[in-house]
Amino acid sequence: MLNRRNFLTAAVGVAAATGLAACAKKEEGGKGGSGGGDGKIVLGFSQVGSESGWRSANTTSVKDAAKEAGFDLKFSDAQQKQENQISAIRSYITQGVDVIAFSPVVVTGWDAVLKEAKAKKIPVVLTDRSVETSDDSLYVTLVGSDFTDEGRRAGKMLEKVLETAGHKGPVKIAQLEGTTGAAPAIERAKGFKEVMDADHASDWKIVVSQTGDFTRAGGKQVMAAFLQSNPDINVLFAHNDDMGIGAIQAIEAAGKKPGKDILIVTIDGVKDGFIAMSEGKINGIVECNPLLGPQLMEVVKKVKAGEKVERWIKTKEGDFTQDQAKAALPSRKY
Amino acid sequence: MTTPPTPTPTPTPAPRWRALTQHHLFWPVAVLVVLLLINVPFTPGFFSIKMTDGHLYGSLVSIVLFGSPLILVAVGMTLVIATGGIDLSVGAVVAITGALTCSYISDQADQDSLAGVFLAMGIGLVAAVVCGLWNGFLVARMGIQPIIATLIIMVAGRGVAQLITDGQIITINSEPYKLIGGGYWLTLPFSIFVVAAVVAITVALTRRTALGLLVESVGGNAEASRLVGIRSTRIKIMVYVFCALCAGIAGLMISSNTSAADGNNAGLWIELDAILAVVIGGTSLLGGRFSIGGTVVGALVIQTLTTTIYTIGVPTQTNLVFKAAVVIVVCLLQSPKFRTKVFGGRFGSGSGAKGGGASAGTPADTAQSTAAAPKMEVS
Repeated sequence: MLNRRNFLTAAVGVAAATGLAACAKKEEGGKGGSGGGDGKIVLGFSQVGSESGWRSANTTSVKDAAKEAGFDLKFSDAQQKQENQISAIRSYITQGVDVIAFSPVVVTGWDAVLKEAKAKKIPVVLTDRSVETSDDSLYVTLVGSDFTDEGRRAGKMLEKVLETAGHKGPVKIAQLEGTTGAAPAIERAKGFKEVMDADHASDWKIVVSQTGDFTRAGGKQVMAAFLQSNPDINVLFAHNDDMGIGAIQAIEAAGKKPGKDILIVTIDGVKDGFIAMSEGKINGIVECNPLLGPQLMEVVKKVKAGEKVERWIKTKEGDFTQDQAKAALPSRKY
Repeated sequence: MTTPPTPTPTPTPAPRWRALTQHHLFWPVAVLVVLLLINVPFTPGFFSIKMTDGHLYGSLVSIVLFGSPLILVAVGMTLVIATGGIDLSVGAVVAITGALTCSYISDQADQDSLAGVFLAMGIGLVAAVVCGLWNGFLVARMGIQPIIATLIIMVAGRGVAQLITDGQIITINSEPYKLIGGGYWLTLPFSIFVVAAVVAITVALTRRTALGLLVESVGGNAEASRLVGIRSTRIKIMVYVFCALCAGIAGLMISSNTSAADGNNAGLWIELDAILAVVIGGTSLLGGRFSIGGTVVGALVIQTLTTTIYTIGVPTQTNLVFKAAVVIVVCLLQSPKFRTKVFGGRFGSGSGAKGGGASAGTPADTAQSTAAAPKMEVS
């Protein structure tokens, strides 16, 4: 009896383990071994995971751009775990790919694996997020957004929005922060505060600020509580569109008009954000562009050819106000 | 809510407040009241409820509205824990149900069609029941530890949900579907009625029929229950299915509340909040006893705590520390041993009302409390 039970448990465990291993192999395998035997550039790319719509748009962009550029892309998904990412990078090193690119899950702990890559003379390109290393030569360049600048642009956007709305009097801001400790959350708040402290120290004030975890449900719940404790809020700054969309629902439930009674500025520019803006519920969106595939492939080509590239290649991004929303909506891919 | 159980048959000179503090719901309710009161200085008119756009609006209404999914999941979890099990998969079931339902609705030409919405909800709930059957099968028939058995869906289920939504957030625009988790009926959030119905049915089934006793007996000793003729296996499968069904309804509510299915974040970590709610409500994790009323209060405590954090301006970095501190206090207050140590004998000897709690009273007290243990409580 007991034996049978143990056997079954073990069988299930083994089956699960092989299944997982098989998946991992399938992603990385391809034609394995030889790096760039047929003259194609082989690019090993390790993605953070698939935690948001933004991220899946990012993945699609990288895959499409690699196909278009005629690269041999070896893609793996780290499922938000650093150890998965390190083992993926190691396997790229063993396979001898031409260039390794990855979006680091966390900021630190990359020295060892990056040194291995350097020893094999494989250049490393970071995408979207940066790392902290002891030795700057461990990676060639970072292709990604400047989150602090996004915060600053959000501040500037709010100036524009207040002007368009003809707002007079004190500006009482509610801030919905991203996941506590995440680089975008910290830096967007920092950039926004810079603009506020420099130009609007007297008339702007962040009256409440709390994390909404980058999710709609979080944004809605936190905003509902804000509206109770500070009914006089007249501006909302959300670190991403999804929290903004959740907050819009909370504002409507409180009997106020989003975009009129409470002016809303968000960051990201996902499709649903643009839809809300074209309905007049969001006043301004600062874009954080996930479609960095084409830029990445360009950089990879240059790096492979031995050309010098800049240390930080910033993504091409735009700022959108309500009057631009309708025109831009059909072109939003994510 | 209930009449306090009386562990001492002989009349004692103890005043009425003592009987009150011995009631198993006293401490959870006390914590809830304290938390609500903390909000008053920070939120002007915290207890005020006014009419806005034809529905009631106020802090208390939002606490119940946002707390509804947690109450549902926790009620289901209570029965699972009462059988000595645990269900970690509820968060994933929430995500799967929401994802299936929303993706079905979003494929409809007319998202407002009632038939389509009902069918979509049906599909979602069937998926939830299937998850529950799977958990129940693994635990009851295969004899796998509940924590491991339900871990499978906890991990894999979120992947399934992402597969259904294709990694995207599915936004829908369906007025009838919006009602369940975000709409209002008779000026109250509709979700309150759903929760009230589920709680009422659960209480009726477990306290007005022998079902509750059977569940407790399986939790107390599954093998002994089987030997006296209770079909432990069937009872266990049933509670896992019930728990998954509750999670499924919560999943409908969560996705309906934001009119969107988010495979990654919907119901994330709700299993832990639900277990906490069950424990705060006084149900022993060892199984054998449970209190639905306590669980509902426990869930409200957690939701009120969350709202309190948002309103009193705790810096985001210290959110979790604050939450942890409150939870530690609540758990300590629940422990009769701690209460005797700190307050002396005054609040300490209430062990008769608490299952599994080590008694700090006299030996006579202990005997009485064990005698009172199988007694049913109407909660």
